[in-house]
Amino acid sequence: MLVEANLAAKIRDLDKDYVLSSETVHALRGVSFDVPSGDYVSIMGPSGSGKSTLLNLLGCLDRPTSGSFLLGGDDVAHMSDDQLADTRAERIGFVFQSYNLLSALSVVENIEVPLYYSGQLTADTRQRCVELATMVGLESRLKHRPAELSGGQQQRVAIARSLVNDPHFILADEPTGNLDTQTTDEILELLARLNAEGRTILIVTHESDVAEQTKRTIVLRDGQILSDERR
Amino acid sequence: MATWLRTVKLSIKSLLLHPLRSALTVLGIFIGVASVIWLLAMGEGIGQAAQEQIASLGANNIIVRTIRPSSDDLEVGGYGLTRKDFVRIMATVPTIEKALPIRVLTQEFRYKTRYFEGRLVGCTPDYAEVTRLQSDQGRFLSDADLDNERNYCVLAAESSERLFPAANAIGKDIMVGEDFYTVVGVMKSRAPSAGIGGSLDAEDFSRDVYVPITTLWRRIGDMVILTKPGQFQRDIIEVSQITIQVDDRDRVLQTADIVRETIAMDHTLEDFGVTVPLELLQQAQTTRLMFILFLGMIAAISLVVGGIGIMNIMLATVTERTHEIGIRRALGAKRRDITRQFLVESTVLSIAGGMLGIGGGLFCRPISLLVRSELGRWFPDKMATLPELIRTMEPLLVSWSIPLAFSISVVVGILFGVYPALRAARLDPIEALRHE
Repeated sequence: MLVEANLAAKIRDLDKDYVLSSETVHALRGVSFDVPSGDYVSIMGPSGSGKSTLLNLLGCLDRPTSGSFLLGGDDVAHMSDDQLADTRAERIGFVFQSYNLLSALSVVENIEVPLYYSGQLTADTRQRCVELATMVGLESRLKHRPAELSGGQQQRVAIARSLVNDPHFILADEPTGNLDTQTTDEILELLARLNAEGRTILIVTHESDVAEQTKRTIVLRDGQILSDERR
Repeated sequence: MATWLRTVKLSIKSLLLHPLRSALTVLGIFIGVASVIWLLAMGEGIGQAAQEQIASLGANNIIVRTIRPSSDDLEVGGYGLTRKDFVRIMATVPTIEKALPIRVLTQEFRYKTRYFEGRLVGCTPDYAEVTRLQSDQGRFLSDADLDNERNYCVLAAESSERLFPAANAIGKDIMVGEDFYTVVGVMKSRAPSAGIGGSLDAEDFSRDVYVPITTLWRRIGDMVILTKPGQFQRDIIEVSQITIQVDDRDRVLQTADIVRETIAMDHTLEDFGVTVPLELLQQAQTTRLMFILFLGMIAAISLVVGGIGIMNIMLATVTERTHEIGIRRALGAKRRDITRQFLVESTVLSIAGGMLGIGGGLFCRPISLLVRSELGRWFPDKMATLPELIRTMEPLLVSWSIPLAFSISVVVGILFGVYPALRAARLDPIEALRHE
């Protein structure tokens, strides 16, 4: 058992209900698990299992109906809208299936965006963004727009962007869903390398190939954890 | 500060992604802001023109003129102001500082073989000062000339030019009607005074010959006989005009009323008119107000239309960029960051319009002069019916209209940007992210 201080996230009895007209849908029912720092977790489950709901909660895009989600000592469940935004800007790195880069901005500028919203943007942060772009292998494309890059390259930019605020964990939503096999391998390799460097990574996926690359797989079904296995 | 700068830079960048759309949006604000500057410049121009007109006639002056009544009322042929009127108003109205009787006739002037037709003006020494005539050579008429009813005359610049194109006029004897007058002075030329519609026409001083009014009364008399084929007209006029100078500007209107009543007591015919240049000011004020109202309405309408244009575009932009808003929210943007981004964008649009509008405002004078001369060329009849003040008005840029116009554009940008920006900020980040 790891000590509390080394937990990237601590989830306890998470419930999330949606009220649809007269019916109440229980998307999550009492989900609990810990994510130790440096872990590499994949979250799987069929559609309707509560995967997306959990993703939204882990990403601090939404608040649980009940239960707690501790992120570095703060409970996300009781945060205001602005606090949630601050938490997203400072503690979470997002990687999306459709890359979600801002089309008007260049590669470096895209990497900078989270810093802009966390108020950390200074003259020296540009250098840091360039370094991150170099790390993901895009040093020759710093001024390019997302439209000028391939899918794999765009996802690399997104990964660099997710690292810029030095987050508690990287939350990746189907990061390889739009990529071909070869690029998928490249991206998974990059994620594995980051994990080896100590980054905590959570991947939401429905591809077992992807899940196999991670250290631990949590399977959800009907809003509950079906299995939580370490490889 | 750096964040703001970045937000502005970002807004410009995203506005430039749709250059035509942005340009069309800017157009409405451009027209609004330019018309704010124009209306103030034109108002100022009219005000200035009115001031000049009043100055040219003398703001403290009252002009009482003889008017020929309709011929049905005319029996003996005698009408108009009289020497008795002059004496009476001088004796009864205490606020009069100076009053000068003037008698004007059309005459033919000769010197040897040269001749021309012009105005023979019988006047007093004060005439030069009151009408702002300046001596060029020699002197103007003196009190002694009047007392002795001398045959002296003073020529206006053009009169001198016509009779003595090469020689010095001073000391020469010119023939006026049937008498000889010795030239004692030549005046500098003076711009014609403005007409004030109705009783007072524009006065052209260029072809005048000035003689002592006493001499005129004695030598030429009061009777003017005008013969045209099939028409015989005999007028008896003692005084054509009395120009009164009032001691205090505040008492001008009051004095004018007293003078009007004093003279009217002894007149059965409507044979005189009182003109107060100061009233021009009121007329000018009305014209100015009309212009400002008119242009103000155009400005207000185009600013509102421009603002609606901005709102329209911003709402479209918000819908179009819902996904972007979702991404930004996911990456840590607060609601107010999103509000700010869209607000800055709408303000950048309106400020761009404002800047261009200020540019357009600076061209107010050349453009309006060009338009006027073109209108004068194509529709001379229509132009002639416009009030003098509008035909001759030159817009004057008011310096504070530029900061004012600029602030208006900023306010419009914010005012019409608020709703779309709030709408963008209210979007649910999860929904927005899912939106494609």
